[in-house]
Amino acid sequence: MSSLTTPSRAASLGSVSLGRKIKDRAVQGLVYLAFALALIPLVSVLWTVVGNGAKRLDADFLNHSMNGVSGRDTGGGAYHAIIGTLEQVAIASLIAVPIAVLTAIYLVEYGANGRLARVVSFFVDVMTGIPSIVAGLFVLALWLLTLDFGFSGLAGALSLTILMIPTVVRATEEMLKLVPNELREASYALGVPRWRTILFVVVPTALTGMITGIMLAVARVMGETAPLLLTIFFTKAINTDPLSGPQGSLPTFIWEQAKDPSQNSIDRAWTGALVLILIIMLLNLVARIIAGRRAPTGR
Amino acid sequence: MAKRIEVSGLHAYYGGVHAIEDISMTIEPRSVTAFIGPSGCGKSTFLRTLNRMHEVIPGARVEGKVMLDDEDLYASSVDPVAVRRVVGMVFQRPNPFPTMSIYDNVAAGLKLNGVRRKSQLDEIVEESLQGANLWNEVKDRLGKPGAGLSGGQQQRLCIARAIAVQPQVMLMDEPCSALDPISTLAIEDLIGKLKSQYTIVIVTHNMQQAARVSDRTAFFNIAGTGQPGKLIEIDDTSKIFTNPEQKATEDYITGRFG
Repeated sequence: MSSLTTPSRAASLGSVSLGRKIKDRAVQGLVYLAFALALIPLVSVLWTVVGNGAKRLDADFLNHSMNGVSGRDTGGGAYHAIIGTLEQVAIASLIAVPIAVLTAIYLVEYGANGRLARVVSFFVDVMTGIPSIVAGLFVLALWLLTLDFGFSGLAGALSLTILMIPTVVRATEEMLKLVPNELREASYALGVPRWRTILFVVVPTALTGMITGIMLAVARVMGETAPLLLTIFFTKAINTDPLSGPQGSLPTFIWEQAKDPSQNSIDRAWTGALVLILIIMLLNLVARIIAGRRAPTGR
Repeated sequence: MAKRIEVSGLHAYYGGVHAIEDISMTIEPRSVTAFIGPSGCGKSTFLRTLNRMHEVIPGARVEGKVMLDDEDLYASSVDPVAVRRVVGMVFQRPNPFPTMSIYDNVAAGLKLNGVRRKSQLDEIVEESLQGANLWNEVKDRLGKPGAGLSGGQQQRLCIARAIAVQPQVMLMDEPCSALDPISTLAIEDLIGKLKSQYTIVIVTHNMQQAARVSDRTAFFNIAGTGQPGKLIEIDDTSKIFTNPEQKATEDYITGRFG
């Protein structure tokens, strides 16, 4: 230690070469630049949507449908579309989340790289790559044309389910893998059976991450348009029954309104987009509050 | 409560790897038995065969016999989950459940096995924390997260969690290796206190610790890398540390290798 305090050693410890300082500065600058570049599209989208959408964000928009309103008329609203989107996404989540979470639990806790686990994992990867319109076409072909059910919110929800499952499986799988094996062993060593260990130790530990993954999937499918066009069809009227008849939804509402050349329609489209973003933000916020309350502490 | 363990002709494998070979020994009740030996000699593996935790690892298997009094732990009719309720375990690194409070950590083994009565749980939690010498430090913050305690307190919490399910045998896999000397002393005191009720087996790399806490000591060794670990000898601790039968034991203890 004493040699470190002699003047010559201290001098050589203290100085950083100019070349390293310059490199450090340059890389730091690049990182900030990349961050700024990544923010541009985000800020720009929010700016435009809020700027254009705030105009029609009024009570009329939130509690009126487009029934009897033509493209050129002022007024009208997205009530039917908001109801439709909430119902469709809720049904899709109710179907997709249990299937996906159980699949992930199988893959991580039981599959252990067995043949079945590898096959399931492969097909989850394949499903991740399915274009959303193909999911819509699949439901159209199977549910509507082959099984002969009519257009409905449920049909739309089924196509969203197909899109949700792989994202939730992957997110949940990653979170379950992060749970240290020591916790499983600690539980086994107390004479706790495996299923209770998974239910009361492993899943609660991973829950925050799982909820984040589920919310990302919900946010993603909430904005899907293509599969809904093929499955829920289109209506201007309020249909609160997701089991029968065409239903509205926010993405198809935006698409429909944006097609119309009238400025009043275009305004409605922007407001629809703003409402969609707000709903997704709100859901995210709620999920974060719930997850935050139950997060693992310490360490 | 304490039970005698009799092991005969035990082999353990990880897939194709022969980890420990032909181990036979008797572990006396109401006493502390220490396992010492160089790293990789199979002490921990052998310890884990005593409560069927070895087979939790994919591909791992065991041959041979482990008798707990007159029951064979590896009989085909025996449920490994039931074995672990009788033979508890404390691990090298403190591993309290991060989502649970101090109270819930201690109650975990009971709650997860279906004990729901609050008064009964309260009683056992207090008893177990008292038993682990932790009650006075945590009694005012039972609702706080267990992971917020210091390392030594966490390890005592894990011991409290293990004794809460009222096992007959307590296995400890290097319980002090992640702790400072003061916490180590606290755990060693605790081991001395627990041995009046339990059969205790402790794996340790610290020979002074083995000499301090144990009544009997088993020395394990390995012939070379890739070879299975073997039991060299087991005897009273005083004898192992002063006048061992085997040359290898003496060499290890006197620091000539390992």
